Amino acid sequence: MVGITSFGGYVPRYRLNRMIVFGSMGWLNPVIITNARGEKAVANFDEDSITMAVAAGMDCLRGVDRSTIDAVYYATTTAPYKERQNANIVAGALGVKEEIRTADFAASLKSGTTALLSALEFTAANPGANAVVCAADCRLGKMASTQEMVFGDGGGALAVGDTDVIAEYKGCYSVSYDFVDHLRGAKTKYDRMWEERWIRDLGYGGFIPQAVNGLCAKYGLSPTDFDKVVYPCYYGGARKKINAMFGEGEGKVQDDMLATVGDTGAGHPLLMMSAALETAQPGQKILLVSFGSGCDAVWFEVTDAIAKKQDGRGASRWLARRADLDNYQKYLVWRGMAPPEMGLRGEVDKETRWSLVWRDHKSILGLWGGKCKACGTQQWPARRMCVNPDCGAVDQMEEVYLADKGGTVFTYTGDMLSASLNPPAVYGTISFNGGGRTVLDFADCTVEDVAVGNPIEFSFRKKFYDSKRDITNYFWKAIPAVEEVK
Amino acid sequence: MAEGIRDKVAILGMGCTRFGERWDMSGGDLLVESLMEALEDAGIEKKDLQAAWLGVHIDEINIGKGGTYASNAMHLPFIPVSRLDNFCASGTEAFRGAVYGVASGACDIALAIGVEKLKDTGYGGLPDSPAFGQEMVMVGPNATAPGMFAQLATAYAAKHNIPMERVKEAITHISWKSHQNGAKNPRAHLRKAATKEQIAGSPMIAYPLGLFDCCGVSDGSAAAIVTTPEIAKKLKPNDPLVRVKALQIAVSSGEEAAYDKWDGASVMTTRVASKRAYDEAGIKDPRAEVSMMEVHDCFSITEMCTMEDLWISPEGGAPEDILGGFYDLDGQIPCQPDGGLKCFGHPIGASGIRMIFEMYNQLLGRWPEDRAVKDPKFGLTHNLGGVPNNNVCSIAIFGVD
Repeated sequence: MVGITSFGGYVPRYRLNRMIVFGSMGWLNPVIITNARGEKAVANFDEDSITMAVAAGMDCLRGVDRSTIDAVYYATTTAPYKERQNANIVAGALGVKEEIRTADFAASLKSGTTALLSALEFTAANPGANAVVCAADCRLGKMASTQEMVFGDGGGALAVGDTDVIAEYKGCYSVSYDFVDHLRGAKTKYDRMWEERWIRDLGYGGFIPQAVNGLCAKYGLSPTDFDKVVYPCYYGGARKKINAMFGEGEGKVQDDMLATVGDTGAGHPLLMMSAALETAQPGQKILLVSFGSGCDAVWFEVTDAIAKKQDGRGASRWLARRADLDNYQKYLVWRGMAPPEMGLRGEVDKETRWSLVWRDHKSILGLWGGKCKACGTQQWPARRMCVNPDCGAVDQMEEVYLADKGGTVFTYTGDMLSASLNPPAVYGTISFNGGGRTVLDFADCTVEDVAVGNPIEFSFRKKFYDSKRDITNYFWKAIPAVEEVK
Repeated sequence: MAEGIRDKVAILGMGCTRFGERWDMSGGDLLVESLMEALEDAGIEKKDLQAAWLGVHIDEINIGKGGTYASNAMHLPFIPVSRLDNFCASGTEAFRGAVYGVASGACDIALAIGVEKLKDTGYGGLPDSPAFGQEMVMVGPNATAPGMFAQLATAYAAKHNIPMERVKEAITHISWKSHQNGAKNPRAHLRKAATKEQIAGSPMIAYPLGLFDCCGVSDGSAAAIVTTPEIAKKLKPNDPLVRVKALQIAVSSGEEAAYDKWDGASVMTTRVASKRAYDEAGIKDPRAEVSMMEVHDCFSITEMCTMEDLWISPEGGAPEDILGGFYDLDGQIPCQPDGGLKCFGHPIGASGIRMIFEMYNQLLGRWPEDRAVKDPKFGLTHNLGGVPNNNVCSIAIFGVD
């Protein structure tokens, strides 16, 4: 049996109430009031589609032995690199082995489900193989645009394999069209869209039913046979019509998270799917449909093994972990839409030395440290000589993946002098669970949220962006341990 | 067994520029100013210098690398000029080079000179630089010096289970004292006394350090000419002799930053270097024997922790000593009688020698009564370069006879 073996979600902590956007920009385009309901999730200044995909992937792989993963697929329309495989950065952060298949799926909002289908077919073709699909987006609409209102940041991840399957893959049906509702050229930062009624009626209203009906015809099903239906569509009118296809049933149609997160692009079907799996029951039929340059419709059936994975992973704990982003200007600055004065410290030219990065790629991407075979001391970074002053053994390090180990705060501060887009820059010494210390930047907290001894988790973040050479560098930061939601 | 440096070298003369925003002076101009004062004090001429050690930290915006800029500026006559950088201990390192040169017999008279031209960097605070290597560019925190030192405070409060308000009260007293002392010093950068309300209420730089918890960033230069006690007696038969009693450096092993044993509230190098220095100087009970100190108060919290790291205040007892006036100018061990880094200023490469300048003049009884330390026997200087979890500490002790 091939299917989903785990799931994970990620929603960034900061939420922008859409009325704040309207209050700031409604003077220019009053019609955005029609979308000014609820709030949208906004990536922190140090987050992007890679870091959010990693966060969802880490959530999905909680408790999963990383050495069992044989493929990592990354889907997005906002990849930071055109050349330098983005999926390799995701894979490095997830701590999987390096003898694996990786691929970027791009350029369409259905790329998340297409990556998922490829992963399922990879598993089907390679018995015993496991794959993880991480999808996220961080799309930009211009100020006062519909897209600015509707888009949100976030992502989802699904692991697939043929053992301990929680939702069996039963079949799929795809349609693909060069239907240009939204587009961005290779050099374009902001989304551009065509007339909304056309998108609503011919796009969502046309292709989604076509894909659903196609799937049903192929497998002898009726749309009303599904217990849970997961699909993105931010047009209320179109959604109502599509929902009617599936018949009555409380909670049958999965919430589109428009009011809480916004449309997270390529990540959205997977984010919604992970939310659906949080509460799915054995035996339920789930229909997952994506939309963008066509549709993928994918049919799953939930197994008894689902309960083991309903342990807090998924979207809910991230949704519950929220803080207001209380001003629109901060949003503009974080997304690079308005240039702030950062002072000389913000202008320091930091070059990336790729041979150094390669030498240290495991400790940078996966926070791999070492455990001394002579004395057992865990340490980061792992250097040739053991850090324990009573040991000092040379070349005795065993690699240890620390990114999922967590730790505690040992010292901290909040620094107004360093150049930060979210001052004060909070950072401090953390103790790794299991031993070792280092000084890390903290994210998603204020200095008031931190105290010596507090538990932390590690979160993969943008370390710095070199605008002169268009290089985004990544490393791990500490975030306050995320509480479970029951 | 090495016998150490005690009493083998004497200070023949010293010079120190006014520290501050010396917009009209280049690094070279400042070097000339401190050199000429030191030569005059020593009663010798430039041609009598046989070797020079130069302390300077930041090379990118300053006087470049190597010894050429300084040698050119002072037109030194083709003698060795060795540039030393060891963070904020660079000045004391240059002094150590000159002292070791004389003690070894390699030269009779040597110059230690430090300089830093920080006000051309354009920065408030120290400029950013990949000071800890290129790996740290990729993985190090988005940190500044105040933020790294501020963490001493959060760790100290946690370790000793005292409220941050108590720590803040003690460090406010430290800055208040430095302003009191600096106000009396014509060479100091910041010469205004400040009230405790002003200090405690100053804008936050890095929690819990406010603006007044941070030292001045200054231009300046300081110079020392050292020789053997025999030559010094010959050249200055009627003057008391200021001798080097101890000179110690300790550099972090890396365990503070990555191992689990450091307490985060102290500086391990200071604890090691000061013990070695007391041994070298023959000091058994520093709290009873040290007469005065210039310590590296880059931030007020550094000074507070240093009082324990030097084994003078008991563990956890620094706030009480500080608030009780133990380290005030009229206290038992005056600390920072010249205003310290806080008010005298901190041109990095010059700071160590500036501290020695203060001890030297106090030991010789040259300062006016309002800022003179009474009958000093031992004067101690302390530099801490780098950050609390990874640094260079220098300790020097001086005596007079």
